[in-house]
Amino acid sequence: MSQTVLQARDLTRHYEVSQGFLKPKAMVKALNGVSFELKSGKTLAVVGESGCGKSTLARQLTLIEAPTAGSLVLDGVDIARASKAELKAMRSKVQMVFQNPYASLNPRQKIGDQLGEPLLINTKLSASEREVKVRAMMKRVGLRPEHYYRYPHMFSGGQRQRIAIARAMMLQPQIVVADEPTSALDVSIQAQVLNLFMDLQEEFNTAYVFISHNLAVVEHVADDVMVMYLGRAVEVGSKEAIYSQPLHPYTKALLSATPSVREEDRRAKIKITGELPSPLNPPTGCAFHKRCPFATERCSQEVPQLRELAGHQVACHHAESINA
Amino acid sequence: MSLLQIKNLSVEFGNAANPFRAVENLDLSVDQGEIVGIVGESGSGKSVTMMAMMGLLEGQGRIVADQLEFDGKNLLTISPKERRKIVGKDIAMIFQDPMTSLNPSYTVGYQIMEVLKVHQGLRGAELKARALELMELVEIPAAKTRLEAYPHQLSGGMSQRVMIAVALACNPKLLIADEPTTALDVTIQAQIMELLVNLQKERNMALIMITHDLAVIAEVAHRVAVMYAGQVAEEGHVPRLFQHPVHPYTEALLSSIPEHSKGARRLTTLPGIVPGQYDRPKGCLLSPRCPYVQERCRAERPAITPYEHGAVRCFYPLFDKEAQ
Repeated sequence: MSQTVLQARDLTRHYEVSQGFLKPKAMVKALNGVSFELKSGKTLAVVGESGCGKSTLARQLTLIEAPTAGSLVLDGVDIARASKAELKAMRSKVQMVFQNPYASLNPRQKIGDQLGEPLLINTKLSASEREVKVRAMMKRVGLRPEHYYRYPHMFSGGQRQRIAIARAMMLQPQIVVADEPTSALDVSIQAQVLNLFMDLQEEFNTAYVFISHNLAVVEHVADDVMVMYLGRAVEVGSKEAIYSQPLHPYTKALLSATPSVREEDRRAKIKITGELPSPLNPPTGCAFHKRCPFATERCSQEVPQLRELAGHQVACHHAESINA
Repeated sequence: MSLLQIKNLSVEFGNAANPFRAVENLDLSVDQGEIVGIVGESGSGKSVTMMAMMGLLEGQGRIVADQLEFDGKNLLTISPKERRKIVGKDIAMIFQDPMTSLNPSYTVGYQIMEVLKVHQGLRGAELKARALELMELVEIPAAKTRLEAYPHQLSGGMSQRVMIAVALACNPKLLIADEPTTALDVTIQAQIMELLVNLQKERNMALIMITHDLAVIAEVAHRVAVMYAGQVAEEGHVPRLFQHPVHPYTEALLSSIPEHSKGARRLTTLPGIVPGQYDRPKGCLLSPRCPYVQERCRAERPAITPYEHGAVRCFYPLFDKEAQ
């Protein structure tokens, strides 16, 4: 039984950027109306290249920033209407794991203290009770008891990521947002960390928002996949649907650009030319039309909306004709 | 006669009494027109090998080898003056992070022309024409105006194209690409890889591709050397080595990528981490992590031994598995 723990509707975040003295401020539309639902014990993978709004999305979900527009309902509470006290309580339900474990841990604090800090701030447990909990969690993520008194620099990248995961799990959150958690790690270490993620999810029934650009990793961890391009979701669906029958040309291109070791896994290469457009000055119409091999006149004028097709959602004017 | 022939290369750092061997008894040969991949996790000695060969470790590392020959010249005894004639001209290298390998204070045009001035003595209009030709060769749009651009005005993919243009300026016989696409997005990675492989074919260059991404190597390389803790664990032809790995490390590395565990909840992992400077085991370097470890492996270090399809450094290679 899984319940909905998070609902995002038309989540939007714009940033103002200065263009220089006396020049008008420009608007970066980092996140442009993204909607999805997340169920407990499930993983939603967010896929896309740099500048597509993945990390901005993470900042909204973890309540680090308030969205410019749109609604975010966390565990039945709309964050726009929540009081300060409610927001504080909600923050402990959403935790985050960052990409770079070398930068996300405090170099001057012992591991035991870092893991105990969420408890110190959010609970009324005594020091000895906290230590018991911290030690239990350390054991759970595969750290040895003597690591309690060590500093982050004494650990390898993989172990540091274990510490970061342990810290995120300390309060047994309902949602963990992981922003590229394995891209700084070697392959064999990546596998260990991914296994840990899967085990913890089984044990605590946590919902994951797993942000990654590595489609092979996503295929392994995700239940649902959302493909983003320049602040918008271009395709959303179950992992099976997206990987077996990608509908959007960008999803197809991403999948075909991902190299694989086994020949039978390789897809026909779809060549997309050009670079990612700047979010400061996005193309009119469909943001992908300048790189898309199937683009027509209509694509350069009209922004395609997400619509239902073949069991998943896709934002492309020509999804039917391309996939016929 | 191979273009590059390395026999029994070792590179040591630190004081003579307690040295750290970053590379140990490495053999490698590269022929003209061949793409050789070097894969391994961080700290396995991939980059140090190439830097030792190019003479970039002067004063830091001690380089010992039975043979270190490029195009018939002995790189061990060569004078610095002679080396300067080879490095940058016949051997060129591109690096992982294009944003930091270009000089931010000079235009990209200047940086391309610098190589042509030094190695080919070109001047004036001829020089400019050749630089433009190179920019077009690496498919930089609006090449003429981009010659005047500074590195910060270019995206990561474009900067890497400029790096390739600089490297190819003097028609090198050997191009070394050290993680050329690691810092780039997937679709840009695909573009750069295609460009590199096309240029390699066109010019019949030798290309050494250093990466931690097995899939990239599997798609482009002819031959691959798998490195572990400073040694070549296994060497062989693509795709055979990926289908029938005979060294336990190669097998473990391959099975830890998500692609190989499709449908399984857990990934197969190799426990532990790569041994560091002070915890190198006495016997085989993989012995503490190897699932097939025997008594002999803990006591002695295996030598690299050729077999029918390549070479392997293991007392008990997995030949039997292959038959199954």
